[in-house]
Amino acid sequence: MTSAFTSEPVKGAELPPPKTEIGVWGWLYHNLFSTWYNSLLTVLSVLLLYWLIPPFVEWAFIKADWVGDSREACSREGACWVFIKVWFGQLMYGRYPIEMRWRINIAYVILAVSILSLFIPKFRHKHWVGLFLFIGFPVIAYFLFVGDSFGLEYVETTRWGGLFLTLVIGILGIVGSLPFGIVLALGRRSEMPVIRTLSVAFIELWRGVPLITVLFMSSVMFPLFMPEGVNFDKLARAIGGVMLFSSAYMAEVVRGGLQGIPKGQYEAAKALGLGYWRMMGLIVMPQALRIVIPGIVSTFIGVFKDTTLVLIIGLFDFLGMSQAAITNVNWLGFSTESYVFTAVGFWIFCFGMSRYSMAVERKMHVAYKK
Amino acid sequence: MVSSEPEKTRFWYNQKVRSIAVQALVLLAIIGFFAFIIINTSQNMKAHGIASGFGFLEQTAGFSISQTLIDYEEADSYGRAFWIGLLNTILISAIGIVFATIIGFFIGIARLSSNWLISRTATAYIEILRNVPLLLQILFWYISVLRALPRTKQSFSLFDTFFLNVRGLYLPKPIFEEGFANILYALLATFVLIIFLTRWAHKRQELTGQQFPVFISSLGLLIVLLLGAAALSGFPMTWDYAVLKGFNFRGGLRVMPEFVAMLFALSLYTAAFIGEIVRAGIMAVSKGQTEASYALGLHPGQTLRLVVIPQALRVIVPPLTSQYLNLTKNSSLAVAIAYPDLVHVFAGTALMQTGQAVEILGITMACYLSLSLFISLLMNWYNRAIALKEK
Amino acid sequence: MATQSAIKTIYQPNDENAILMENVHKWFGSFHVLKDINLTVRKQHKIVICGPSGSGKSTLIRCINRLEEHQQGKIFVDGIELTNNLKQIDRIRSEVGMVFQQFNLFPHLTALENLALAPIWVRKLSKAEAEEQAMKYLERVQIPEQAHKYPGQLSGGQQQRVAIARSLCMNPKIMLFDEPTSALDPEMIKEVLDVMVELAESGMTMIVVTHEMGFARTVADQMIFMDEGELIEQNTPHEFFNNPQNDRTKLFLSQILQH
Ligand SMILES: Nc1ncnc2c1ncn2[C@@H]1O[C@H](COP(=O)(O)OP(=O)(O)OP(=O)(O)O)[C@@H](O)[C@H]1O
Ligand SMILES: [Mg+2]
Repeated sequence: MTSAFTSEPVKGAELPPPKTEIGVWGWLYHNLFSTWYNSLLTVLSVLLLYWLIPPFVEWAFIKADWVGDSREACSREGACWVFIKVWFGQLMYGRYPIEMRWRINIAYVILAVSILSLFIPKFRHKHWVGLFLFIGFPVIAYFLFVGDSFGLEYVETTRWGGLFLTLVIGILGIVGSLPFGIVLALGRRSEMPVIRTLSVAFIELWRGVPLITVLFMSSVMFPLFMPEGVNFDKLARAIGGVMLFSSAYMAEVVRGGLQGIPKGQYEAAKALGLGYWRMMGLIVMPQALRIVIPGIVSTFIGVFKDTTLVLIIGLFDFLGMSQAAITNVNWLGFSTESYVFTAVGFWIFCFGMSRYSMAVERKMHVAYKK
Repeated sequence: MVSSEPEKTRFWYNQKVRSIAVQALVLLAIIGFFAFIIINTSQNMKAHGIASGFGFLEQTAGFSISQTLIDYEEADSYGRAFWIGLLNTILISAIGIVFATIIGFFIGIARLSSNWLISRTATAYIEILRNVPLLLQILFWYISVLRALPRTKQSFSLFDTFFLNVRGLYLPKPIFEEGFANILYALLATFVLIIFLTRWAHKRQELTGQQFPVFISSLGLLIVLLLGAAALSGFPMTWDYAVLKGFNFRGGLRVMPEFVAMLFALSLYTAAFIGEIVRAGIMAVSKGQTEASYALGLHPGQTLRLVVIPQALRVIVPPLTSQYLNLTKNSSLAVAIAYPDLVHVFAGTALMQTGQAVEILGITMACYLSLSLFISLLMNWYNRAIALKEK
Repeated sequence: MATQSAIKTIYQPNDENAILMENVHKWFGSFHVLKDINLTVRKQHKIVICGPSGSGKSTLIRCINRLEEHQQGKIFVDGIELTNNLKQIDRIRSEVGMVFQQFNLFPHLTALENLALAPIWVRKLSKAEAEEQAMKYLERVQIPEQAHKYPGQLSGGQQQRVAIARSLCMNPKIMLFDEPTSALDPEMIKEVLDVMVELAESGMTMIVVTHEMGFARTVADQMIFMDEGELIEQNTPHEFFNNPQNDRTKLFLSQILQH
């Protein structure tokens, strides 16, 4: 049989890679100029970015006014950050009395320390911290914020506002919706037709209507539902509305997690003689909740952004406060500064949380592959 | 459950009995809850002198609405005002969905581009837009951008035909004259023709393998037939251009700034989410599929149309549906800038005037539920149509 | 790059050669995957390539139908040079069939539709003709009864046979196989190899990357051992297995024949 080769292969031919493969040129070639239309796209996007970014930088930094504390300090050639400086306190705390803002700050510190401690790898008592966050902290925070006991002066909720109010509504909304969502998810998977039907109806009703109608309900319809004389705080009603609304979404997230638990887990639990609640509480839920952490976080991001809607029913959250600032007759004409600042504030929270949930997801993938 | 005489277990250990008891209790609790609410509400309404029932829908509304798709006057009823609001909600949602889909697909494909700059720009777009509350974006477009536009006298103009100023966007308005129906007939005829052409081309390809440039010839047909019909009936359509008369524009079609702001915010925001969905959908089709298709000699265009898109759509459609639902529900934020949608007109103004919160919010919620249901059904039907090929 | 005609006059690829590779180099970034590959494959010959993981076997055969682009040297397939010319690439791709390790069947189409797709859109056959031909090839790989099932409903061995039939439907002159049996359970390997042996006996030009040494012994005209992007050794199967020259080949053979 004849050899299929025309020549002996040259062994160990070491050639340097071509220019289009390595270094700066290789990178540019592969990522920006590999074909003529790719080059065209590159040029077009450079133009677009050139049209957007330099004017923004000039407005926001180069020509911006940073010093001063009154309207006169604004040259109006670029952004006037003096506006934000003047309103900063209210954007953060609303009309909460200035000399009592320390109460809010203390709560922030407690919250931050407890959450950070959860990230210390070697720290053993995480479940206690978790329990504290869910039960102890809300109680402490309530007494700190509302006052009227322990020698603290009473502060009406109508004075709450700014980023502080946004955090209160967002966190309470999500924390409250989690247990409720779990119950609804279990209800939706229940074998009892009445329970199942009711859960499905509840979930689909809230998921089918916009949050604003729910908030309207809590502000105008709820007082009608209560007996004469019984009345709840407007803020409490709004939070209740947000909780109901987000529990429906949470239920769907949890249901997704429950569906991801293999049947064998239920069977093993039953075989061990565990009843329904023990089986769910000890075996199924811990696994399901772990799977759905990313889903919970993205629901939280959604709820957090949606808290801005409370401005429509007259509460002054972060966005509501910035809206109030720009309509102040002494400070007309700074809407862009105000919105940009608020947007950056929200963005940091939401982007941070979404990155966190992506990291969790990645870690989980690794853990499952092992 | 250790029992010496298992057959004598007490009845509440019986699974069935227990299940029925639990359900009965829950049902009772729910009924009790509703009874409590209903009794309180009727008492409260009596105490405050609020009427009940749907009689108010016949009463005169007495307020004006800034954008009406069908005729409406202050003297019309609340029922009429309700329809105006609902139509405005449907209008903004429908147009928003179209724009969000187009921009979203564009962004999603850009994110997958091999061009570094394009994919990074698309990523930045997505990360910025979807992490900032929609209401903030609506207010930004409305107050910081559109309200800051020049007055009527200094309007931006394009070809002296389109004008943009603080009062809105002015477009030429088509005026249909006699004989315009001919064009509509021609349009109808062209569509029928195109359907037949597509069928025929498909049949012929199945039979003989010859391909026919359906798209190009349909386009040609459309242009030729429409122009022909228009010429034959003497171009029966004119444009009513907006003209500056004194302090204001006369004629033309004015799109109110509230609508423009809503459209911008809704479609750009939703597009960020759709972009992510599209990217994930295309990424879900493995690289091996494209390679196998190339190895068989199919062109990139054919590969996209016959192999990638059919598979990607199955991943894309369900989450896309929920984005459409979100957009529709989010259109209710219009109330914040007084775009006269269902919530603003009906759950806002009408509720304030009549005080009939229960009826009005009930109707409003029912409307959104039906819209959601309608979109879900439509998309499920579409999803089944494309999934049919699989099983 | 020089024009097509200029190249064609310089190189007169032998009519007997199905594939000709001359001094082919390829890099991924600064990583040199293929180093000075010279290879001629005669018509109707069967070449089996083996070598350790990461040695560049897949990359080599993927260069032949331009799923990967080489950066230096020349590749001729059936007398046509592979360049950036899209027409040439189309022609080559419709003459070279490829079977992948992961089957890569289109999951949204039935087996029959998988087979008929390319003949309809590339060869412009009528649907009836394409399906008739598809049935013929499904019979040839012995699964006509699975024609209307979707890939997800078939076993691995059945899927791979459908994939082979799908390539055959384009009447290729050359078939490339990239580890066609390594994703299969042992009991299914034989059914796929049987189809490949039958194909080899029918006179198809084949390049097969595989570690199935039994198969190599039966059908290969030439064995090639690749390592670190180079063709280390090439020989008839008899010489290759009984009398390997290179130390790396010896080591590799001793590892893989142990099992
Ligand atoms: N697209 C790519 N980008 C960068 N490196 C790549 C790419 N494809 C392959 N490589 C690298 O090139 C080398 C050769 O890969 P190739 O797939 O050809 O090996 P192989 O011999 O087929 O191995 P195996 O037996 O595992 O399939 C490997 O080191 C691989 O990591
Ligand atoms: Mg390989």
